[in-house]
This record gives sequence, C-alpha cells and structure tokens, in this order.
Amino acid sequence: MEPGNLLNAVIFLPLVGAILMLAAPSDRSVRWFALLVTLGTFLLSIPLWFGFDVASAANLQFRGMEFPLISKSLDIRYLVGIDGFSLLLVLLTTFLGPIVVLCSWAYIKESTKGYYVLLLILQTGMTGVFCAFDVLLFYIFFELTLIPMYFLIGIWGGERRIYAAIKFVIYTMVGSLLMLVAILYLGYAAGNAVNDGVFTTNYFKLLSFNVPLGMQTWLFVLFAFAFAIKVPVFPFHTWLPDAHVQAPTGGSVILAGVLLKMGTYGLIRFCLPFFPSASVAHTLLIGILAVIGIVYGALVSRAQTDAKKLVAYSSVSHLGFVVLGIFALTLESIQGAMIQMINHGISTGALFLIVGMLYERRHTRLMSDYGGIARSVPILTFFMVLTALASAGLPGLNGFVGEFLILVGAFGSEAPGMPALTIIATTGVILAAVYLLWMLSRMFFGPLTVEANRNMPDLNRRELVILVPMALLMIVMGLMPQPFLKVSEPAATRLIEVIEEKRAYAEIDDPGLQRTFEMKRRAVQSTPSSSDPTTYQP
Amino acid sequence: MSTDLTVQLIILLPLIGAALLGILPLFAHGLRSYKGLLGVFGTLMVAIPFGLAVTLFAQGVDTAPVTSVYTWMGVGDFSIDIAYRIDQLSLIMTLVVTGVGALIHVYATGYMAEDRSFWKFFAYLNLFIFMMLNLVLADNLLLMFLGWEGVGLCSYLLIGFWYEERKNSAAASKAFIVNRVGDFCFLIAMFILVREVGGLDFDRILSGAQLMSEGTIAMVVFLLFLGATGKSAQIPLFVWLPDAMAGPTPVSALIHAATMVTSGLYLLARLSPLVLMTPEVMTVIAVVGALTAIVAATIALTQRDIKRVLAYSTVSQLGYMFMAAGVGAFFVAIFHVITHAFFKACLFLGSGSVIHGMHHVEHDLRHKGYDGDFDAQDMHCMGGLKQYMPVTRWTYLLATLAIAGIPLTAGFFSKDEILFKAFEYGYDGHGYAWLVWGIGLITALLTAFYMTRSYMLTFEGAPRWPMKEDVHPHESPRSMTLPLIILAGLSMVGGAIGFPKVAEKIGLSNWIHDYLVGHGDHSGPVAEPEVHAHVSVAAEIVLILLGAFIAVAGVWWAWRFFARYELGGDQLIRDRFGALYRWWQSSYYWDRFYERTIVRPVIGGAHKAFAPFDQYVVDGLVNAAARVSMAFSWLFGRLQTGVVQNYALAILLGSVLMIALFLI
Repeated sequence: MEPGNLLNAVIFLPLVGAILMLAAPSDRSVRWFALLVTLGTFLLSIPLWFGFDVASAANLQFRGMEFPLISKSLDIRYLVGIDGFSLLLVLLTTFLGPIVVLCSWAYIKESTKGYYVLLLILQTGMTGVFCAFDVLLFYIFFELTLIPMYFLIGIWGGERRIYAAIKFVIYTMVGSLLMLVAILYLGYAAGNAVNDGVFTTNYFKLLSFNVPLGMQTWLFVLFAFAFAIKVPVFPFHTWLPDAHVQAPTGGSVILAGVLLKMGTYGLIRFCLPFFPSASVAHTLLIGILAVIGIVYGALVSRAQTDAKKLVAYSSVSHLGFVVLGIFALTLESIQGAMIQMINHGISTGALFLIVGMLYERRHTRLMSDYGGIARSVPILTFFMVLTALASAGLPGLNGFVGEFLILVGAFGSEAPGMPALTIIATTGVILAAVYLLWMLSRMFFGPLTVEANRNMPDLNRRELVILVPMALLMIVMGLMPQPFLKVSEPAATRLIEVIEEKRAYAEIDDPGLQRTFEMKRRAVQSTPSSSDPTTYQP
Repeated sequence: MSTDLTVQLIILLPLIGAALLGILPLFAHGLRSYKGLLGVFGTLMVAIPFGLAVTLFAQGVDTAPVTSVYTWMGVGDFSIDIAYRIDQLSLIMTLVVTGVGALIHVYATGYMAEDRSFWKFFAYLNLFIFMMLNLVLADNLLLMFLGWEGVGLCSYLLIGFWYEERKNSAAASKAFIVNRVGDFCFLIAMFILVREVGGLDFDRILSGAQLMSEGTIAMVVFLLFLGATGKSAQIPLFVWLPDAMAGPTPVSALIHAATMVTSGLYLLARLSPLVLMTPEVMTVIAVVGALTAIVAATIALTQRDIKRVLAYSTVSQLGYMFMAAGVGAFFVAIFHVITHAFFKACLFLGSGSVIHGMHHVEHDLRHKGYDGDFDAQDMHCMGGLKQYMPVTRWTYLLATLAIAGIPLTAGFFSKDEILFKAFEYGYDGHGYAWLVWGIGLITALLTAFYMTRSYMLTFEGAPRWPMKEDVHPHESPRSMTLPLIILAGLSMVGGAIGFPKVAEKIGLSNWIHDYLVGHGDHSGPVAEPEVHAHVSVAAEIVLILLGAFIAVAGVWWAWRFFARYELGGDQLIRDRFGALYRWWQSSYYWDRFYERTIVRPVIGGAHKAFAPFDQYVVDGLVNAAARVSMAFSWLFGRLQTGVVQNYALAILLGSVLMIALFLI
C-alpha cells in the first residue's frame, strides 16, 4: 500500500467499520466485529512504526492524498501525515483500541451496537487529531471526539452520567470555540502575510508566519485555554473527575489514555511554535499552574474514598508533569513530556482497567468495600501493584523515564523560576507514593474485611489478554525507552530551533532588518531540505 | 569467561530467578508445593553469582572495566547507560551481598518452610539481590538510583509479606514513603549534577568536580547524604527501620541489617573524593552519625522485643559507619559494613531461630489450652533457651561478643579503627572529630551492655514462659543452624582483613585499606584525607587498650547485672533513669513528633482543606459560571416573545440609539 494511504486507512478503518456495523444486527455479536476492526487497525498501524524514518522524524511522513476542504478558494485542505510527535500517539491510540473493546466485552450489555459504533467513530477522531496538518482539519477531528464521548458517558455511564457528560462537553466546547476564533484570525493574518492573501490553515504555512508580538499573546491565550481545559491544567480540571467516575471503563481508558493527550499534544504542536514569544512569556504562569496541579492533584487524590476518583485526580497530578516539561522548553523536558504522555496513557489506562474489573465483580468503587483482597485475587493484585508502581515513577518502569527527563530538563531550564518549580514538582514523587500505596494498602492488603470479597474470581483469560501487553509495555518502556525517545527527538530538536529562531526574529524591531533576516533564514532553510515540501518553509 | 559476560551473569541470574519464581507459581498453583526445588533454585541464583564474583576477585582488579550493556535513556547530549563497573569497592560489596545473601537464602529454606507463599518469598529475595547488585555495580548515579529504589521496593514487599496483618502493611508503606523523602533529595542532587557536569557517570562527576563551586559541591553532597539518611536509617529518617521488623526475620537480616541499609555508606564511599571536598558537610555527616549511634543505643537498651533491640542496634551501628565517613575514613566505613554484615546477620538469624522456637512453644501452649498473653518475640517471655537451642545460643553469643567489640573479634577491629580514625582526625585539627570520638566511646559501652542484656534475657537464667515444665522449644533445623555457624565464624575472624596500623610491626597489614584506597598511593576507588599530624604508636596502643577495656567492662558488667537480677534488671534501670528511660523507651517520641507535625497536617489538609476546596470553590466556580450563563439565556429567552410588534419596537429603539451615538 502506498504510505499515505496506509495512514488514511489507519485513520478511517474504524469509521468504515462503524458504518458497516450500522447494518449489522443489533445483538452482542457486534463486539466481535468491533474487536476485528480495532485489531485490524492496530495491525495496520504497525508498519507506521517500522516504515517511519527516524532520521527525518522532524518532517512529515506517510503523507497521502490531499484535497481542498469546504471551498477551493480557501486554503483549507485535507492534509494528514505523521512526524515524530504524532507517531507514538497514533500508535498509543490504535494499541488501546482493541483493549477498550475487550474491557467493554462483558460490561456493556445494553445498546451494544450503539456503544461500539460510537467507540469506532471516536477512534477515527482521535487518530485524526494526531495526524492532521491543517489546523481546521485538526479542529474538526478535535470536535469529532466530543460527540461520541458525550454519548458514551451519557448513556453507558454511572448514576450522575448526564451531569458529567454535559459538563464535559460544554467545558471543552467553551475552550475549543475560543480556539476556533483564534484559528480564523490566524488563517486570515497568515493568508495575508505568507499566502498571497488567501485564507490558509495549512500547518506549515502558519508555522512560517511570524505572528506579530501584539497578537501573539491573545492568540496564545485562546489556544492555550482550549488545551488547558483538555489536559486539564489546574484550575480547569474539575470536569475530569466527574467524567472519569461516571464514564464506563472503556470511556475512562480512552479519556485518560488519549483524549487528555490531545491537550498536551496541541500545546506542543501549535502553541509553542506558533506563538513562541508569548509561550516563553507565560512559562512562569503555566509552570506555576502545572506545579500546583502536581501537588494539589496528589493531595486531593489522597482524600478520595472512591478508587476511580483517586485515579482521576492522579491524572491531574501526572499531566502537571507533562505540562511543566513542555513549558520548561528544554530538549530533555520536552522529550520527557512526550514519553510521559505515552506512559501515562498506559499506566493510568491500566489503573482504570483494573478498577473497572473490580467494579464488574462487586459493583462498587468505594475503597472501603474492599480490603485484603490480595488473598482472593492474587493475579489481579500483582498487576495492580505493578501498575501503581509504574504510576508512582519507580525506576525500571515506564513512569520514571518521563518524570526524570521532565524534571532534569526543567531544572536545567533557563526560564525564570524553573529550578524552584522543579523542586516543588519533585515532591510529587513522594506524594504519588503516599496516595498509591495508601490505596493498595486499603484495598488489597490487611485482613479481608468484606465477606463478599472472599470468593471473588481472579482475572479471567480475557482480562489477562488486556493486562499482559500493558504490563509488558510498562517494563519495556521503563528499561528500554530509547527506541521510543529516538522517534520524537528530531521533532523536539526542530521545535526548539523554531522557537529560538522566531524569538530572535521577533527581537529585531526594524522592519528592514526583519526582511533581511527573513531572506537569510529562507536561504538557510531551503538548502538541506528543499526537496521536501513539508518542512518548515513558506 | 570474559569479564563482561561474568558481570552480566552476576546481574542477570537473580533477575531470572525472580521472574521464574514470581511468575510461574503465580499461575501454576501446582508448582507452589515443590518448596525444596524452589528453595534450591532461588538459592542457586544467588550462590552462582557469588561464585562468579569470587573468580573475579581471584583474578584481581587492575583497572576498572566498565561493562556497558546498552543506552538506557538519552536525549541530545545527555545519555545514561545501563553500565556496570567492577572495581575494588563494587566487587567487595558484591561479595558481601551475594555471599551473605546466599547464606540467608539457605536459612530461609528452613525458616519459611511452612509458609504458603514460600515461592513468593524467594522471588522477592532474588529480586532484592538483583536490585542490590544494580545498586553496587552501577557505573552511574541513575542506574544506582534504580537499584536504590528497587531495593526499597523489595523492602516494601517483604515488610508487608504477611500483609493480612494491618500493621505489617502499614509498616511497609511507612518504610517506602520515608525512603521516598530521602530519594527526593537524591533526585535533586542528580538534577544539580546534570546541570553542572552534564551527566551522571561516576567518572564524569568526579572529574567534573573541579568545575563546580564549593557551594554546589556542598549542596550535592548534603542532598545525597540526606538521601542516605533515608536508606541507611539515620536521624532524621530512621523511624521506618524499627517498624520494618514486621517482615520475616531473614528479611531483617538480609535487607535491614546486612545489605540494603548500608547503601548510604556505599554511596558516600563511591563519591568519597567529592565528599572530601566539602568539610562542612563532613562535619554534619559525622555529627549526625554520632548522634544516631547514641540515640539508637539508648533506645535499644529499653526494648523488650528481641528484633527491635537488633533493629535499633543496626541504626546505632550504621551511625558508627557514618561517623567514619564523616572523618574521611570511608574505607573503615566499608570495613564496618562488612564485619557488621557478618555479626548482625548472625544475630538476626539467631533471633529468627529463637522466634522459630518460641512459635512452637506458643503453638504447644495454645494446644494445651493456654489462652493468656504470649509474644514469641518478647524477651520477657524467654530465658534459659541455652539448654534447648545450643547452636543458636553459641552463635548468638559469639556475634554478641563481636558487636560488643571484645578483642580479636571482627567488630573489635572495625569499631576500633573508626574510633581511632575519629581520634586521629581530631588530633589533626578537626575539632568536631573529638566530639564524635567521645560519643563513639560512650556508645561502645552502651552497645556492649545492651547486647549482653539481650543475650542474657534470651538464653540465660530460667525459662519464663508458662507451663515451662511441659512445653519447651527445640533447636532449629540444619538449614538454619549452618548459616548461623558460618556467620558466627566470620564474626570471629572477619577482622583479619583490617588490622590496625600498629600491627604492621608484627608483619600484619591493613588489607582492606590497601585494597580499597591503594597501598601507599591512591590508586583505589576510595579516597582518604591527607593527615598531617599522625598519632604516635604509643597513643595508638593506649587507644586500642581503652577500646578493649570498654568492651570487656560493658559485657562483664551487664553479664553480672542480668545474671543476678534477670528481669529485675530492667526494672532497676528504669527506676534509676526515671523520665529519661521513658523517653528512650518511646524512641524519643520521634514518631509522635512526625505524626503531629507532618503526617496529620498533610493528610488532614488533604481531607479537610484541599478536597472540599476542589469541590466547593474550584468546581463551585465552574458550576456558578454555568448557572450565570443559564440565567442569561433565560433572560434572553424571555426577550424572544414572538410578538412582532415588540421586535419592531426594539429595532426602532436600537436605530434611534445608534443614530444618536453617531450624531453625538
């Protein structure tokens, strides 16, 4: 298959599957079909990993057919591809696909067809987000993920599902509508500056456009606000515990595993390179919010009685590390943030899966309804302890690699206040042990307190099939993160270069000088990669 | 066999052991009952690396070959390898870890024989050995940190091994979290080092030290020392170790006495050239070590639980090792690490043998219908065990003499060397070393006294458990007594690796010094300070005699005292010291202090402040914003009356307003 069409197949196979499924009879056998589709998608995505050229990971690869969206007079195009930042997130999405289907296997008993149709649509949306290199296309995929998730929570969720679903959608929507305004403005401004007056949302054209300093702040705030809600960054996080707790397990896994990453991905992909001066000007503010999130999320996590809510708040804490890494703006910290996104998707995803497995057995998420269950479910306990340790950042497991790189990078960052913020953030390492070990101790160890738990069945074969690959990834990524880190390193290096370059440009006040600078830059840019139309050049 | 392959096998075998022992029986229940097989396999996975380490040792180490396996993580110029370093220091630690480790594995095959999770125990032990080997063999701080946290994890898993008891699981969490506080400091130190020298390889750190300012070096060493106070149970982070005794006794011997808790010393010895560059922090290290030594010794004097006595004794002995590091005598610290590994492992395993016996007593008592209080670890319930457990008794006695520092035992040489080095350093013009020396002497007396007390209350006198005519313990099986005998033997002769300087006159050299530091030069991995004013030979002999006298006097005094009064002895001491005794007995209220100043405020704050704040303020504002917008939509909804005349009126008013604005 042609490389670009391979990527399109990975993006749209789930959607095609969803459409075909509509024609299927409405009984539970559709789950087999969903499994088939997601597994097929995952298998299709594996060549992306092997076919990816790491040496030029900063450039767009697997670029397929391209065509104008909406109207030919506007430069809004269907344009997908992957670079070093996208690849791992795409693979994470396709990897979690079959796992989410399997974890819903027995739990989803009503309107099964609708559930899996939505799940598949959601997957297309999520994959598209990470592959879109047209900002409006990105926006469309971004919004496309909202609706299925709304129904997943609202129909198959817990007791307060309607409240949680509406809160999730409106909160995210407020942010993304503001971002839309910013996108439109940016499209016109860039169109005038670099596209002969034609409105453009082409990522590379926008990238080559030096947004005037005065506008950067406003646009940055609009973009960053949308992504901050999605991540979520303190204090915009309160939709998250509600959504997580009410969502069915599959929904929680997708939320934690992929949806939140759309926020951090957006920060890396758009906020930093489009608005570098504004980003740098806001590092301290965002750094502070990130660190508050780390400590605050951990402390609130410790105060929960509901296991799922505890895991949800731990996400706030963990994503704080990612945001700190992104805005510390060093190669180490951005690389750490990248790998931490994947790590968090795996380990927090696994935490939700295990809590969900317990819920299926006992129909309660309250930690006080468990206690000492290590005796009755030793294998489940084994996976839970492993996952909790990965989540707590134990060296040798995946979480540590990301956390360490983020912190070591942030500590060496020249941004104001970063060393102090890093030290506070590092206390999150202690606090993570506090709330996770407390949960383990409360639910799994001690005497068996609830008689109903005595004969709880241990993991069945399906659940093992879910957890074993997750556990293996935790260990492999903890001990051998290098292949994963290598993929995004050229992209991260390029990102930092772009930021430096644009900031240097912005510091020149004289328009005449700016023009010479521009010309020099083009000359430099065009030499090594002139044959590649997708690199950073107008 | 090439060195690379040997090193990789040493590291990998325990990991393979842990993986197979941990995962196969988890799924295949049938395997769990083959305890003999599992035990032998687990032991071999440690014994073979010991053999391999011996061959490396026999080959001798000229240079320091580094075995680089692969790049662990790298970003830009920053790169960390999975790389192992074989030099004198790491090799000697490897020998201790695998040697004592193998003996304790043998012991555990007997001690844990009746436990249903036998397989899991050996999996954890093997995992521990793997992590410990990573710690001592690592060529960079980050890999060492992997081992450092890894042994902490194993410690957590093993303290909470009998997790059905709430208190065991609590002790496990406490150990892990307190250690994480230390690890926090370790992490910050690494951040500083990466920023200053760009990497974490030991060579790079030591050669890059010249580029760092004195203040930075002091900060790094201080933070690493704080990290060490967690793992090596020093003030202010020692509180987890006594509780860690909740784990099975082989664990206490292996992890909480012989190996893991000495990693802090290993860290300081590994970075000794860096430590020597910062005299202020050395002062802190020595003083903290000295205070910990005496504080823990006084607490040990008052404990009734035989394992708690040994736990506080371990804290105290670790204090001695830090004293040594704080006066620049890193090789002596490692010397004491080794001798301590022998006699303290022997003592712990001996106490395990006693507890094993007392459990049978308890079992028989319950069988005979006794339903009163009985604690198998309480020395007040023991007494007279020497007639029932002769091997345990003799080995325990020998190890007690060794820790007390009776002349010619292993403890005598290492402890005396510490005191001598402190004295010499003071003589050389470092005032604080005098203080350290003085505290060390007093602690030596206390050590001799409280250890003899524990021996007397356990083995001498008359039995104190109920129905003693009908019920009595038996000697432990061969698998348990054999390691005891070997360790007791080593406690006797182990001092031969470090004869004092005066012994040079009769042709005995200080092997450990020459091996670690270098003979006459500084070719070894461990640094030592320049000493300008040497103590005379006569003075050295006087100091040795003083140390010997204190040890003998302490043992003799306690022996007489407890032979005469038995349990009444404790009462007499209590009456003599009054409030002070209660203070000691309650561990100086250290735990209560942390409970009140840190634990409760943080956890209480989380429950009473942060969680409600999140629910009512942060989320409250979100919901309020939603309500405001709903109110507006209701308001605007009311404007949509559907009556055309109203709209016309609104248009008219609007137009008038706009025209007015333009005109004005």
